Amino acid sequence: MSLFNVFDITATGMSAQSMRLNTTASNIANADSISSSVDETYRARHPVFAAAMQKAAAGQNESAVGVDVLGIVESSKPLNIEYSPEHPMADQEGYIYKPNVNVIEEMTNMISASRSYQTNVQLAESAKNMLNKTLQLGK
Amino acid sequence: MAISLDKAFGLHPAGIEVRSKRAEIIASNIANADTPGYKARGMDFQKALAQASQHQQSGMKRTHEKHFDVRIESNNSVDFRVPNQADTGDGNTVDVQLERNLYLNNSMEYQASVQFLTGKIKALRKAITGTGQ
Repeated sequence: MSLFNVFDITATGMSAQSMRLNTTASNIANADSISSSVDETYRARHPVFAAAMQKAAAGQNESAVGVDVLGIVESSKPLNIEYSPEHPMADQEGYIYKPNVNVIEEMTNMISASRSYQTNVQLAESAKNMLNKTLQLGK
Repeated sequence: MAISLDKAFGLHPAGIEVRSKRAEIIASNIANADTPGYKARGMDFQKALAQASQHQQSGMKRTHEKHFDVRIESNNSVDFRVPNQADTGDGNTVDVQLERNLYLNNSMEYQASVQFLTGKIKALRKAITGTGQ
C-alpha cells in the first residue's frame, strides 16, 4: 500500500529539517563565541541535503524518494577578525577572531526549516486521515 | 444472476490505487523541497488509471519461470514537472504551494472514491441481506 510510504517519506523530510534546525541553533548560539586563534574559531555549519536515490532504487519504485542528509559542512567564508588589544581573549598581536555566522541568514534558515517541517507533519496527518477512511470502508 | 465484485466496484479500486501512488509522489516532492538539484515529479493520471484498470482486468500469468514478464510497469506514467520558475538558484523545481494544493486535491478525491465504494458495498449488502443492516 503506497500510502504507508508517505509516512516513510515525510519522516525523512522531518528528520532532515530537524537536522537543519539543529545546525541553525548551534550557529546562532555560537554567533558570538570569540576565540584567540583562527583554528579554534567556530565556523557556521550547514547540512547538505540530497534525494535518497540509492534507497529508492533498492525498492521497487524510483519515483518516490525521501531526503538524505549527506553530511554537515563548515562554511568557508572568511572569519571576522577584529583588532581589540584590551580584550582578554586577544592574541599577542591584539586580534580577536569572531565566527563567520551570519545571524540574519540563520534566522531565515530557521523559518524555512520550521515551515518545511510543519508541511511534512501536515502531509503525514492527511495521509493518516486517508488511511483511516479506507479502514472504515463499507461501514 | 451472479454478482461479480470486480464489475460491481467499477473503476474505483484502480482509482484508489493510483491516488495513493500519487500521494506518495507528491509527498516525496515536498520532502525534497529544500534538496538542491531535485526535480519535481508528477503523474499523468489518465495514463496511470488506464494502466491500473488494465492491469486489474487482464494480466498475463507466468506459468514457467523462463517466460517474459509482460506486466506493464506502473512507473512510466511518472514524469518531471514543467517548473513555473525557470531557475531558483539551486536547480530545485519544487513549488511547495502547488504541491500542497495538489496533495489536498488528491486526498479529497481519494476520500470521494472511498465514499463511492462505501455506497456500493452498502447497496450490495442490502441486496444480500434484504435489510441493509
